[in-house]
Amino acid sequence: MTVSIVVVSHSGKIADGAAELAAQMAPDVMVLTAGGTTDGRIGTSLEKVLAALDKAGSGGTVILTDLGSAVMTAESALEFAENPETMVLADAPLVEGLVAAAVAAQGGADIHEVRRAAEAVGGPAHPVGSPAGWPGDGSVTGREPDFAGDFELVNQAGMHARPAAKIAGAISGMDAEVTVNGVDGASMTGLMTLGAGKGSVLHVQAWGADAERAVNYVGGLVQEGFGEP
Amino acid sequence: MVLDVNWAVKWLTLSAQAMAEHRVELIELDRAIGDSDHGENMDRGFQAVLDKLAEAPPQTPGAALKLTAMTLMSKVGGAAGPLYGTAFLRAATSLGDSAEIEPEAWATALAAARDGIVARGKAESGDKTMVDAWTPAVEAARKAAAAGDADVLTVLVAAAEAAEAGAVATDPMVARKGRASYLGERSAGHRDPGAASSALILRAAVGAAA
Repeated sequence: MTVSIVVVSHSGKIADGAAELAAQMAPDVMVLTAGGTTDGRIGTSLEKVLAALDKAGSGGTVILTDLGSAVMTAESALEFAENPETMVLADAPLVEGLVAAAVAAQGGADIHEVRRAAEAVGGPAHPVGSPAGWPGDGSVTGREPDFAGDFELVNQAGMHARPAAKIAGAISGMDAEVTVNGVDGASMTGLMTLGAGKGSVLHVQAWGADAERAVNYVGGLVQEGFGEP
Repeated sequence: MVLDVNWAVKWLTLSAQAMAEHRVELIELDRAIGDSDHGENMDRGFQAVLDKLAEAPPQTPGAALKLTAMTLMSKVGGAAGPLYGTAFLRAATSLGDSAEIEPEAWATALAAARDGIVARGKAESGDKTMVDAWTPAVEAARKAAAAGDADVLTVLVAAAEAAEAGAVATDPMVARKGRASYLGERSAGHRDPGAASSALILRAAVGAAA
């Protein structure tokens, strides 16, 4: 069962807009919104958050928030929720985090992996959100990767949002730490910052049980041009 | 005087009156160092509490406070919603389903409320927040309740007076939490709106018992 995502924002328009954006990249993921107050003002409402959590699917829920009191309202909602163990709060920038989370959920990730995917977009500004053992410069405690491969980008547009989302989404669902030219392969924004154009070579390194599968999967995506011309 | 459900409902009613009467004052305080919505949000939130109390009259003080918690969290909108909501919720949990509140139990409930505010807002004493009204109130209530022949009114008065002094003491503080912290040194010289509304609410508790 796919993970559902709840967006808590001070503004109904922000929540709906962010959900719309995420739906474009992850059409099968249930993204529920709790934006603004019950009477349509700027603010957050426990009632709305609880209603959204209630509507979420049975595969667990990841909550993303915008500013301060949205976090407090979401935390309060977890105090009232009937199954708080199936819900996690992600500490991530709302829009980027939501897109990364939705893509990860689309790829079949569980709530912890989806949260990790969302928090990975924070980059160096949010070191707390980084996964334990995060490879950073391309080495996990100096260990050689369990599997690696080099792949040349063949599609016209090279690495951009959709290919980055496909790679990050697939990797978030696997038991592997993956780096692509040194950045976290589960981080959509990290991949986009590579600025890799057509003809660039992606150096993919992976650690963990799914290392070989992860490298081959990324290689396959690259070689088929991400389904693009 | 006993603190029963009638007292609790009267307390919440007087709190709503206080929020309506001091609405403009709280807005002005919040305009100086925040986003000027505190008075309006608290007024709206407590009016909604009155509606809920009329719709489904609670049977115990704890039930009245729990209803208040849910309503404030849903209707206030700003940061005060989850903060006060958590405070009332934790106090309600602390009181359980007892029909009457003893002085010691009230001091314990106030401490639970304060701990809830701290857990939710992550503020400490001296950060220029409502914690600066609640912590002295909790200490004064505990001290009053610990005195052998303490009656509940003494405990309520001690808490209200300490909260009022605590709110005044936020005037010179530099804010370290919330929207006011963006102002840095410029936040000094203004009373914290959340500490001011907290003092009003704890004063209303006295009025309900008088």
